[in-house]
Amino acid sequence: MHSRPMIAYARVSKSFGPTKAVDDVSLDIAEGEFVAVVGSSGSGKTTLLRLANRLIEVDGGTITVEGEDVHNIDPVALRRRIGYVFQSGGLFPHLSVADNIGITPKLLGAPLADIAARVDELLELVQLDRAAHRDRLPETLSGGQRQRVGVARALAARPRIVLMDEPFGALDPLTRDALGEDFRELHRKLGLTTVMITHDMTEAILLADRIAVMRSGILLAQGTPAALSESGDDYVLELLRTPRRQVERLNALLPRSGAA
Amino acid sequence: MSFIDDPRWGEALSHLPDYLGNHVRVSLAALALGLIVSLPLAILTRNRPAPRGILLALASIVQTVPGLALLALFYPLLLATASLTLALFGASFSAFGFLPAMLALALYSMLPVLRNGITGLNGIDLALIEAAKGVGMTARQSLVMVELPLALPVMMAGIRTAAVWVIGTATLSTPIGQTSLGNYIFAGLQTQNWVFVLFGCFASALLALAVDQLLGLIENGLRLRSRLRSGLGAAGILALVAATLVPWIARSSPGYVVGAKTFAEQHVLSALLRERLQASSLPATARSGLGSSVIFQALKAGDIDLYVDYSGTLWANQLHRTDIKPRAELLAELKASLAKENVTLLGELGFENAYSLVMPKQRAEALGIHSIADLVGHASTMSIAGDYEFFSRPEWAALQKAYGLQFRTQRQMQPDFMYAAVASGEVDVIAGYTSDGLIAKYDLVVLDDPRHAIPPYDAILLLAPKRIGDEQLQAALKPLLGKIDIATMREANLRAAGNDATSSPDVVAKWLWEKIGKR
Repeated sequence: MHSRPMIAYARVSKSFGPTKAVDDVSLDIAEGEFVAVVGSSGSGKTTLLRLANRLIEVDGGTITVEGEDVHNIDPVALRRRIGYVFQSGGLFPHLSVADNIGITPKLLGAPLADIAARVDELLELVQLDRAAHRDRLPETLSGGQRQRVGVARALAARPRIVLMDEPFGALDPLTRDALGEDFRELHRKLGLTTVMITHDMTEAILLADRIAVMRSGILLAQGTPAALSESGDDYVLELLRTPRRQVERLNALLPRSGAA
Repeated sequence: MSFIDDPRWGEALSHLPDYLGNHVRVSLAALALGLIVSLPLAILTRNRPAPRGILLALASIVQTVPGLALLALFYPLLLATASLTLALFGASFSAFGFLPAMLALALYSMLPVLRNGITGLNGIDLALIEAAKGVGMTARQSLVMVELPLALPVMMAGIRTAAVWVIGTATLSTPIGQTSLGNYIFAGLQTQNWVFVLFGCFASALLALAVDQLLGLIENGLRLRSRLRSGLGAAGILALVAATLVPWIARSSPGYVVGAKTFAEQHVLSALLRERLQASSLPATARSGLGSSVIFQALKAGDIDLYVDYSGTLWANQLHRTDIKPRAELLAELKASLAKENVTLLGELGFENAYSLVMPKQRAEALGIHSIADLVGHASTMSIAGDYEFFSRPEWAALQKAYGLQFRTQRQMQPDFMYAAVASGEVDVIAGYTSDGLIAKYDLVVLDDPRHAIPPYDAILLLAPKRIGDEQLQAALKPLLGKIDIATMREANLRAAGNDATSSPDVVAKWLWEKIGKR
């Protein structure tokens, strides 16, 4: 069973006009794996993610999810079974926290009582106080709280796969660190398969089991952080050198005794 | 008698259920139709720039057409459609009153609804539409659950603008036969009844304000997710509709519908005709303030049963004749032509209301002017004023041709203001009406027409085709024929032009009947 990947990209291509956003990419993601796709803006990493739940359609190649060609799955049904966390939340401003979280179960026709119970369960899971947050509108929440609601919404219909589009990018460093750790824990506890887009190699190294590096639509390298450093590609090595350099400089600048 | 306890306030109030009810019905029906058409169009074209541009351009063009013209245009348009459906399907509909008014007003309401609808829908953050897709919404679910609720405040603002416009513009639907609060304004302006004018303006302003506030309540309720507020707003609108529907459903048959054009003499004659019918136990109602071209078509179509027109008007406008015949000959020929269309020319009332050139008596004497021919030498230094249609009528062309008249300037005026304008020297000559009571009041003189350029304008009583064999009706009206001479009509018109309670058309009509009934 474990031999079959949860998500498999096979020679996938996508162009927007003359630009090849994704160019002949093949990538397998195993069940329970946490994969980060790293690249600068315009590298094609967001396109790669959106192809998986058919927010964008492929030009060539095939993508399978749980062994099924996504082309043969109704896109609406496909999206309802894959959790998606949007950049800076993507919460609906006119709906309360509870209504935002319960939206996918509602679309699936779940009974209202079940949705309410599930919402409470999820608020607890993402560590938000039920009474204080349930009926609030998104605009009254902090950035970190909004993103926690975004995660809860993605998990509401009990998906086995979660796609995350730069989920922590717009947050302050402390919140970002806490949220990353918390999600990593959720991923483990719920047995999710997660693909996360980020431009931040440090975040990728700290959270992901495996990292895929994209540049100009091409998948340059993939592997564990350790395996990546064996890569012969200059760009990949440069990406890895940056966090290392930062650590060295931080160590030099911060007094050892004060560090945690 | 002070302005406050003027009995005309009471008279105005007595018309309110009818006028307000009709006004609410036509406005809200037009608004509803406008919304039913505009909202789907806004939704359909929100992501299609080309059709959206065309649609908004068309709606803007409609908006630049003055409300009065738009309403007037719908009447002949529907009349043509009605005769087409009669020819094709053997069934027809009334092109008079409610239908043309509602359609024109609905068209008028479309621009703000469309523009705000499209702006509201296009203003939504694309990331949210993407998120709607991402959580598994279909296109329809995205529209209903995300896009429309987010566009709602902007859309509601458009709907509120449209409501205010439609309620305001609906006052202009009186001339095409739709009773509205405009009846106060049109009748009031014509009979110098400022109580009516003020009453009509205030009533329509209050109605617009009330509907705007109720829609605002709905908007707030939807925005704040308060069922109470939106419920109260919707209940208010429904109560308004119900309040106007009940008397409408319960109303009795209108009986004979007596038409009247826009000016005071017509209001007096309509009141006289209704009084005579009621005296013979024939129920009668009024449809007043109708446009000159609308009224004859309305009679032919049976939307009104009878009214008074003038022989020269029909001669030129309906028969399209430019030649001029002596009074009796013209009448005989007109009667025969109308009979072919099953319209009965019952007879003349006895006076003529012709266009004629009028100026102050003293000035005319000083200049030695007795007839239009004497005017020729002075015309190039003089200004002339006429009503809105005079200078485009065949009479004016005939006058210019017969006498070689060339005035320095030509001005168009509200008929009631012309007489005061010529009396004060604001203009030198006016194209007045020979039966107008103001001629005597301002000491004006009607200039002779020795070359007979202006056709005779006998006041004639016309009956609709459906009343062709109605002997009861004809018997009730016969006592009026030939009884009203020009001096009596002028005096009646002068009374009607007063600005107090004794000048209401009903009171003047009673006076008129007392004067002529014994003849």
